[in-house]
Amino acid sequence: MLTFVETAAQAVAGIRDGSTVLIGGFGNAGQPMELIDALLDGGATGLTVVNNNAGQADAGLALLIKERRVGKIICSFPRQSDSWHFDAAYRAGEIELELVPQGNLAERIRAAGAGIGGFFTPTGYGTMLAEGKETRVIDGRGHVFETPIHGDVALIKALTADRAGNLVYRKTARNFGPIMAAAAKQTIVQVSSIVETGRLDPEAVVTPGIYVNTVARLGVVPGDGVAATYKGRAAL
Amino acid sequence: MNVETAGTLGRGDLARLVARDIAAGSFVNLGIGQPTLVSNYLTTEQNVTLHTENGMLGMGPAAVGDQIDEDLINAGKIPVTELPGASYFHHADSFAIMRGGHLDVCVLGAFQVSATGDLANWHTGAPDAIPAVGGAMDLATGAKETWIMMTLFAKDGTAKLVPECSYPLTGVGCVRRIYTNEAVFLLGPDGVRVRETYGISFAELARRVDIALLPLGA
Repeated sequence: MLTFVETAAQAVAGIRDGSTVLIGGFGNAGQPMELIDALLDGGATGLTVVNNNAGQADAGLALLIKERRVGKIICSFPRQSDSWHFDAAYRAGEIELELVPQGNLAERIRAAGAGIGGFFTPTGYGTMLAEGKETRVIDGRGHVFETPIHGDVALIKALTADRAGNLVYRKTARNFGPIMAAAAKQTIVQVSSIVETGRLDPEAVVTPGIYVNTVARLGVVPGDGVAATYKGRAAL
Repeated sequence: MNVETAGTLGRGDLARLVARDIAAGSFVNLGIGQPTLVSNYLTTEQNVTLHTENGMLGMGPAAVGDQIDEDLINAGKIPVTELPGASYFHHADSFAIMRGGHLDVCVLGAFQVSATGDLANWHTGAPDAIPAVGGAMDLATGAKETWIMMTLFAKDGTAKLVPECSYPLTGVGCVRRIYTNEAVFLLGPDGVRVRETYGISFAELARRVDIALLPLGA
């Protein structure tokens, strides 16, 4: 069922302790900051988080890690110049890291949404990230078996939703949004604008509404149809 | 025949050399760091399309001033611009472009490359190091050709072109060319061939690198 809510707190209210949470974004682009802040305020803990990174500076995912609410992170690139909260938690042995090559991470999420039980990929074959995994030589080339990553919840950011839950994104902020939307039982989306059904060109819809459960318009200047950071670009 | 010049290549000259060798009309991914410099030397006539792992083809130069847009970044999370003909796609599609062999060339940095083209460029293996792999394994394995830009000699003077990598691998047998300040190496089924040298003789190079080297004409 598709629900539209007014606040980030309402949007994330159903997230329980121990949930696997897929969080969109590559760096800060596409990271649903307001939803993550609400998750922080809501108190859910013992989370498994799936994201490309492990948080930057003192915002969003980095704060969830700082507060030790994330028991495990599945990501491709945790270590950055400003990943100090992750670094501290990791060195203290207070967060489990599953490091996955970025394309395998994306395809494992896609596989979950597509009902695929796993796949053989050449990426990582012969490396320490394939240790302990099933391998097979296909057409003379070594492949590694990778399994899907399902989410209990996905938190993603899109540019615009219509009342049917269809989504369009903006530039490289699209990144993990479409595949995470499909891979979770509950997909919660923050958008900069909501338009009436029929206002999005069906040919241009990126994520069909079937994948979307909750939509909130967040992170925008009141009365403006466009996010404050979007420098006046029209949503449609 | 090996070309000997007065000195080794500087960073800019090396990037210019790599750029010159990219075939017109190619689809290319340039890794974070030194490989990014290659984009400064691509010409309009070359009509090269740049791919960035976070979901874009047709990436333009770094954004400046009013062009800066937090939703438009490259793999290094630096604000960039879009060129006419650009397209955006999600992460699974972006890595399908790599893994599916659709990129003509990717250019990456390296800690070590082995004589058989094994690449190590993501992890020192040190017990206290926090590993981060990103898209390196996908790029190295997926592009039609993986080219490396690196300094040939480590700070202690040992060559980074080695019989066997001691650092954890990024990919097995994936490197086709290595561009260094001293020489360009071509890796193939018959071994490692020196295409040209800069500021060092073939004989001196062969002495300082611990693998068998073939001169270009052999």
